[in-house]
Amino acid sequence: MIEVREARKRFSDTFVLDGVTLTIGEGERVALMGPNGAGKTTLVRAILGFYHLDGGRITVDGYTPTEERVRVLERIGFIPQTPPPIKLSLEELMEYVSQSSGVDREAIKREALRMELDIERNLQKPFFKLSGGMKQKLLIAIALAKEGSYLIFDEPTANLDPKAREHFYSLLEELPERVATIFITHRIEEIAGLVNRKVYMDLGKVVEDEYL
Amino acid sequence: MSNLALVAKLDIKESLRSRWFLVYLLVFGGLMALFFITGITDSVVMGFTGLSRLLLVYIQVTIVILPIFILITTVKSISADRESAILEYMLSFPVSLSDYYWGKMVGRFLITFTPVFLALLVGIVWGVVKGAEIPWAVFFIYSAFLFALSALFLGIAFFISTIVKSHDMALGSSFVVWITLLAFLDIALIGLMLQNRWSDEVVISIAMLNPLEVFRVGAITLFDPELTVMGPVAYFLLDTFGREMILLYAVIYPISLGLLFAVAGYLFFKKRDLL
Ligand SMILES: Nc1ncnc2c1ncn2[C@@H]1O[C@H](COP(=O)(O)OP(=O)(O)OP(=O)(O)O)[C@@H](O)[C@H]1O
Ligand SMILES: [Mg+2]
Repeated sequence: MIEVREARKRFSDTFVLDGVTLTIGEGERVALMGPNGAGKTTLVRAILGFYHLDGGRITVDGYTPTEERVRVLERIGFIPQTPPPIKLSLEELMEYVSQSSGVDREAIKREALRMELDIERNLQKPFFKLSGGMKQKLLIAIALAKEGSYLIFDEPTANLDPKAREHFYSLLEELPERVATIFITHRIEEIAGLVNRKVYMDLGKVVEDEYL
Repeated sequence: MSNLALVAKLDIKESLRSRWFLVYLLVFGGLMALFFITGITDSVVMGFTGLSRLLLVYIQVTIVILPIFILITTVKSISADRESAILEYMLSFPVSLSDYYWGKMVGRFLITFTPVFLALLVGIVWGVVKGAEIPWAVFFIYSAFLFALSALFLGIAFFISTIVKSHDMALGSSFVVWITLLAFLDIALIGLMLQNRWSDEVVISIAMLNPLEVFRVGAITLFDPELTVMGPVAYFLLDTFGREMILLYAVIYPISLGLLFAVAGYLFFKKRDLL
């Protein structure tokens, strides 16, 4: 269970998270929405332990992200808003992932193949030289192969062509029941069948939280 | 393999592919090799008593170039990754912050120090080929000096890299550190001494707090036991501390200082926002 209690985070003099309270239980499929700058990415980063809160608390299965980051991150698969320009080759990146998170490399390759990304052919290529869509696919494959209890996607489909998007959504449909997902998106129509809860943020607050 | 070793290994692999490393290897490795070869040649000719002008020039060049090279190449290791959001992704995996930070540091240390050390080895091999008697003690002590100097600037670079949020700021700050240490090497101190406003002891004590000066004094002491090129200051130092103490200090002081900076950087890394 991810529990966010009255979380507050300030950057210079504005509260980007201004008392966010949110509980996400096992198997929930959440669409996290809201205008640009609402604080969605900041909330996700706080859950991942990148930010120290100025107030309130966050726990993931009882663990505090900033204090027990390894415990927390073992449970979460994460796809960032934009693929970072990682200079490691795909081979090295997979080594990093599989060693640090105990993910089977073959599992990553299998997930990638399901989105028509052939990792085998690009093993020596630096990650940043892949096309935008290929990067996104690889990050998705890694997150899925990690088989955590939580999947957090920060607008993962921006770079995907329509066909790849379809592939991606069908992969999500096959996720085990117990997996909870947080799906940041601006286009809820696209993932309507995949979510059962809609959380709307604005100005660092949750302004709407409804079960569909 | 531990996560620390994993981070170090991948950082080394990445560095080996990069252009800065190639430049570093050629320029610095070449320079170091030349320096040491000259040192050995000199020793053949003069039996290690006098310090040739050339050798002195090389010591000076090391003082100027080694720090800035290490600073420039390592100061971005965390700040640039933070800026480009690489850090966000890499740290979204269950790797402890200490494994990540110290792993990066170990990787960078190996990648910056190994070429320097290899260059010294080349010098030794060259000396053997030339039939010179190898001054093993000098070789080991000088390696220790370079080790200490590398460790110091690596520590400073990682400290800057973690406390500063952007890559530009990191580069700028490391430049300031470098210039400051260089300026206090001679210009400022000689000025003070000339004006005689402070006693010689105070000026020399300040000088011995500057790790670059410490390296210089150490290196000169090593190659020129009488410290002739340093003039009157040398007598003061030798009388007060003795040669062994000076050599020991030139190894221990920079390493401790570097470690201090590295640990401070780590605490910042742990206690402050990562992004
Ligand atoms: N590290 C940071 N330092 C300072 N300000 C920040 C930082 N990160 C985010 N902000 C600010 O916090 C606010 C919320 O940013 P956030 O990225 O969380 O928005 P978002 O809801 O994800 O928006 P988008 O839909 O555009 O992705 C913005 O005003 C942003 O400028
Ligand atoms: Mg965002």
